Amino acid sequence: MRGLSFDVAHLLAGGLVLVSFMQLYQDRLSALLNMFALHALVLTLSVAWQAYIQDAPHLYVTALIALVFKAIVIPIALHRIIVRLGIHREIDKVVGVGATMLLGMGLVALSMVVMLRVTADADPLAREDLAFALAVVLLGLLMMVTRRNAVSQVVGFMSIENGLVLAATGAKGMPLVVEISIAFSVLIAFIVIGIFLFRIRERFDTVDVQALDRFRGERS
Amino acid sequence: MAVIFDFAVQGAQMLMVLLLAPLLTGLVRKVKARLLRRRGPPLIQPYRDLARLLRKEVVLADNASWLFRVIPYVVFAATWVAAALVPTFQSGLLFSWSADLIAIIALLGSARFFLALAGLDVGTSFGGIGSSREMMIASLAEPAMLMTVFTLALIAGSTQLSTVAAFMTSNEVGLRVSLGLALFALTMVAIAENARIPVDNPATHLELTMVHEAMVLEYSGRHLALIDLSSELKLLLYVSLIGCVFLPWGMAPSGASVQALAIGFAAYLVKLAIGAFLLAVFETAIAKMRVFRVPEFLGAALMLGLLATLFLFVSRSL
Amino acid sequence: MTMPFDPMAAVLVIPAAAAALLAALPGYRMTARLNVLAALLTFLAALSLFFERPEAGPYLLVDDLNNVFIVLTTFVGFTTSVFSASYIDHELEIGRLTPTFLRFYHAMYQVLMFAMNLALIANNIGLMWVAIELATLTTVLMVGIYRTHEALEAAWKYFILGSVGIALALFGTILVYMAARPAIGEGLPAMVWTNLVARAGEFDPALLNLAFVFLLLGYGTKVGLAPLHAWLPDAHAEGPTPISAVLSGLLLNVALYALLRFKMLLAANPYAVAPGPLMVTLGLISLIFASFMLYRRRDIKRMFAYSSIEHMGIITFAFGIGGPLANFAGLLHMTMHSLTKSAIFFAVGHIAQVKGTQKIAEMSGLTVTNPVLGWGLVIGVIAIAGLPPLGIFMSEFLLVSSTFAREPWLAILLVFGILVGFGALFLRLNSIAFGEPRGPSAEAKASYLPMYSHLAIVFVAGIYMPPAIVMWFQNVAKLLG
Repeated sequence: MRGLSFDVAHLLAGGLVLVSFMQLYQDRLSALLNMFALHALVLTLSVAWQAYIQDAPHLYVTALIALVFKAIVIPIALHRIIVRLGIHREIDKVVGVGATMLLGMGLVALSMVVMLRVTADADPLAREDLAFALAVVLLGLLMMVTRRNAVSQVVGFMSIENGLVLAATGAKGMPLVVEISIAFSVLIAFIVIGIFLFRIRERFDTVDVQALDRFRGERS
Repeated sequence: MAVIFDFAVQGAQMLMVLLLAPLLTGLVRKVKARLLRRRGPPLIQPYRDLARLLRKEVVLADNASWLFRVIPYVVFAATWVAAALVPTFQSGLLFSWSADLIAIIALLGSARFFLALAGLDVGTSFGGIGSSREMMIASLAEPAMLMTVFTLALIAGSTQLSTVAAFMTSNEVGLRVSLGLALFALTMVAIAENARIPVDNPATHLELTMVHEAMVLEYSGRHLALIDLSSELKLLLYVSLIGCVFLPWGMAPSGASVQALAIGFAAYLVKLAIGAFLLAVFETAIAKMRVFRVPEFLGAALMLGLLATLFLFVSRSL
Repeated sequence: MTMPFDPMAAVLVIPAAAAALLAALPGYRMTARLNVLAALLTFLAALSLFFERPEAGPYLLVDDLNNVFIVLTTFVGFTTSVFSASYIDHELEIGRLTPTFLRFYHAMYQVLMFAMNLALIANNIGLMWVAIELATLTTVLMVGIYRTHEALEAAWKYFILGSVGIALALFGTILVYMAARPAIGEGLPAMVWTNLVARAGEFDPALLNLAFVFLLLGYGTKVGLAPLHAWLPDAHAEGPTPISAVLSGLLLNVALYALLRFKMLLAANPYAVAPGPLMVTLGLISLIFASFMLYRRRDIKRMFAYSSIEHMGIITFAFGIGGPLANFAGLLHMTMHSLTKSAIFFAVGHIAQVKGTQKIAEMSGLTVTNPVLGWGLVIGVIAIAGLPPLGIFMSEFLLVSSTFAREPWLAILLVFGILVGFGALFLRLNSIAFGEPRGPSAEAKASYLPMYSHLAIVFVAGIYMPPAIVMWFQNVAKLLG
């Protein structure tokens, strides 16, 4: 049982990293949102599994929040927004796929080296989870750096949050308060983003961050 | 006595792969035709083609060198040896100490190298295009393949195929992401290496899209027969490799009884049939991609292989 | 705890209740007054913490260290609300804000006060993180409130960088929990400050080191330390000026406070790396970088934003050097900087309103046209540049002398950075305050009280510090190690 519980956790956490890569690979916005929904789904499964093997029922709540908000509500809402803005077919990429992928690989390797070295005497399950979580966080950062569209940056940010939830569930017995607040703050963050998108849309008919960047208080 | 029996089994395996290879290709074609609601050629058509080609006269280009004439034999020999090394119905054969994954890759790599040389040898533009594209594909497919091999070797603790297969049947394997990723990567490499559809179309002679066919365009007669047979062997090799590593069930252990051998053989045939069926379905369902997309496809395979290797470091060995 | 009045709860409850009330009430004149009243009450409650300190619970804690921060925060929060009332009047007149937005603005102001107080008073690393995230989200909304191109860009940048920072900080927080778990045990106790500091010596040093790197990057982004500062000038320049004052004077401090807490954790573990050198490096980079950047500013609010980066660099440097004297200097500098910088922003807000622009080139001769504002700005800049006899001179002098005694080379860099910044500020001040009067010069409908009261405190502190406060700061400095 010990072996199997570890293997499933490993499978799900590894799957999360893999989906992160698939997100990096997608350059069309609507496909990217689908990938994000998948990301959240894998996260849900992973959290639920942690809840099961740690015998921590409160984690099921976190899993449910991840499922409902991140896998269903947010992708649908963002889909609506990008369709309304007419950017759902847009291709968005700054750096080439190959370079991004290699960089991502480097980050995954880095996070493993760092985490495994640091957590030498922790429980294997937690070590593995933290290493993967750091990888997901770094890949999310990479995505935010390599994309210039506001929506993809938001997706990158949300995958960072997913990585953090993974880390928080991996840290055994971390109090409930924090987990719910994490999920909650993601919700708040989303509301903020929604407001932003509408305002940006209202003002300049684009959510392209580069268009925003044109403007520097200094130069005007 | 036992040694003679072992020899016999090993010999049977070598002959068997040679005999089954055209059949596998025929099966894939047949299933594809059926899926397209055509009747399709009979299963034994590849044998007939080979026999016909063997009877025909060889036409050589004026400026073909001796290399051009030798290469079909070299390619065939290397591919045949590689295909015969992969455990099919029984693991731990007499020569299984040499059935090393890296050796197999090296054999296939040298076969490919010579074939590319042959494409360049005559000096036609088609041959050149074919060779350069083949090399582009190879430059990504081989690292991807190696990453897969690393994954397997790290998990099983050996690059010996028999050992890997034995490990895979044991209970220690469990659920591993790395294995899933490696399977994906290996399948993608197999598709690319065998010039199957999203990468190359084995049935086309359209100049702009062909890769493998362009390279061997100048061959005829028995040379072409050998080259065709080697590509059929290569397909068989990859299907058996995937079967041996990821679906090792039913395979007879070394020194098994005749009955176990028979079960192993039947299981092997089933695996081949499943492989052929899946390949045909996949090829029918998907469209060929542009040549310039191929690096992306193989890049994904390479990435999966790399990821599989990386994931091992946080797996059970912790 | 049987007291009917619990100051610890009051510091949180008053702003929270006020936020709800302000969100519900129409009529901006009344809400502006209510805002001031709520801020005043919060300040009084914070003051009472000096005399009546409640027991630390698993969530909330008041000790010598955060008491200073809380009082400072609520005081500046109060004076800023006074300034904001007169500032907002003008914004309504010229139509930059509508009454609906104003209602939102006041509610957000109280939410921000609540979040900052919560972050300071929290005895739980998770709760503190949540509070800082809340503060970030509120300020993002406030920075974008004008809804112009620039304001949205600034808010977006702030949001993205701020959230990345906050995400890294959370990762660090989780790592701290991981480090604490074996020693303290699972669950809530392993996230409580008082437990953490008490048993930090037993934690796994490697995990603690890694956690600190994440926390330094994460909260460092919020402090505005140099490689991570990109959001800061935009957010300061494009938001309403009261928000710039609160950002510069308070929110940066709150993030720094979080860093200090974690630094104490590392300092309590003999095997962990010393956090000092990291902080010294980041501090010096920020100081020198920002000082040079000061020369090229054309927007007055941006210029003072860079000056904030510079001073945050100095403060981080001081705490990085450590030791009673440098810590004392750091604390003093932080207090003085908060007061001075918010006073400067009060002045700048009215100046920008009078002149109708934030461009330095289009304002000059202020001491002639608007003497009260102009001289206020002059005194503020003199103070922030570190001239005697004002408070910042005291703290900088203390810091430089204590650094000279221990690390002469670092002290040279420090002095270099300070002098470069000094030059830039005076270059600009000269053209703004003196010289040919230019641009409109209508009398500002301003309340000068907040600005001059801050400046007066800074002035007095430069000459005479009450022994009680000195004692207090010394205690805290010792606590910081």
